[in-house]
Amino acid sequence: MHEMSLAENIVQLIDDAAREQQFTHVKTVWLEIGQLACVEKESLRFCFDVVAQDSIARQARLEIIDIAGQALCMRCHQTVSVASYYEACPDCGNIVLQMIQGAEMRIKELEVE
Amino acid sequence: MCTTCGCGVGQTRFNGKSIRTYRHSDGSLSYRPLTQSQAHDHSPELVDRDHATETIHFGTGIAGTHAPGISQERIVRIEQDILAKNNRYADENRHYLAEHGIFALNLVSSPGSGKTTLLVETLRMLSGKLSIAVIEGDQQTDHDAARIRATGVPAVQINTGKGCHLDAHMVGCAMQQLPLQDDSLLCIENVGNLVCPSGFDLGEAHKVVILSVTEGEDKPLKYPDMFRAADMMLLNKCDLLPHLTFDVDLTIGYAHRINPALPVIQISATQGAGMSAWIDWIEMECRRAAAARQSLKSADPALG
Repeated sequence: MHEMSLAENIVQLIDDAAREQQFTHVKTVWLEIGQLACVEKESLRFCFDVVAQDSIARQARLEIIDIAGQALCMRCHQTVSVASYYEACPDCGNIVLQMIQGAEMRIKELEVE
Repeated sequence: MCTTCGCGVGQTRFNGKSIRTYRHSDGSLSYRPLTQSQAHDHSPELVDRDHATETIHFGTGIAGTHAPGISQERIVRIEQDILAKNNRYADENRHYLAEHGIFALNLVSSPGSGKTTLLVETLRMLSGKLSIAVIEGDQQTDHDAARIRATGVPAVQINTGKGCHLDAHMVGCAMQQLPLQDDSLLCIENVGNLVCPSGFDLGEAHKVVILSVTEGEDKPLKYPDMFRAADMMLLNKCDLLPHLTFDVDLTIGYAHRINPALPVIQISATQGAGMSAWIDWIEMECRRAAAARQSLKSADPALG
């Protein structure tokens, strides 16, 4: 249930931002979640609904922006799309890939009042 | 899944099949101006066509996203990692450890891989050579800390309650309760769980993943995040191999598909095979941490 921890962190970041930027109501929360991040999005939505209940984000809509997994093939030096850590390069079949994108877990922005 | 709004199916699969989401079924969600009669349809063809022909694209607004009716002045940019707070605590821990020349390991595995037995044996072999302290993480009980204290090594038990992992704040609190010596070793035994601890930096030098040969060979593929996050893999209980059908090369091959540079040591914590290579590695890394502290000190004489 580490999605619950992630949800608690999200609400905490929102609370911090509310104090700094003087807003009292959050309508929408945009997250960026990489496809390779260890996050189950449906579980995160569920946990966010629970955790946000006692916060200024209790009526907030959670929007998740997918960040596609990308890796650099160490053999053919091409940037390739990957959906998991154990994929081979689709061009040359090499399994030594350096991940360059897709592990993100960020709060991008909020729509607030 | 709809790549614009993220709604739709997640990565959860039942018998290999995606589950349909029940979210956004009211059709009220959209990133583009819709007429009253249009619904936010998530059939792949329609989404592709609609998104491709829209003039207002996801990514063009101040927010890098767009939703109808949103005044951009009311968008607050956050741009922070969800785990930013944990990472700040981890940085503090790492800074403290570096200043004091302490080499910290975060031991992670599934329950039952033999982490605590390995740790007890490691402490016994390093006894008299290094100053050591241990942080134990479990949901409940202080059984593991009691096993560690029985070896004469100071240990703090963290009970995470319902939690499934240690975080950097917990570890920072535990570090304050330990007699941590300069140029010493700190072993953190995480909660037995191959999933969640992978995402939480504790400030350690390395995550060490322990896999035992009584588990499945394909664990690295099933739990890739952990094997990705680890810098060292110990294959434990190797004394049992003659009684099992476990394929060592297959397992190491799977681990290297996830993390090609992952060093692997085959050990038996109870019988001692391979343990000297593990101990040598710890001693070498401890010397490196101590040397790094000396160079920090000469760069900044204010440091103790």
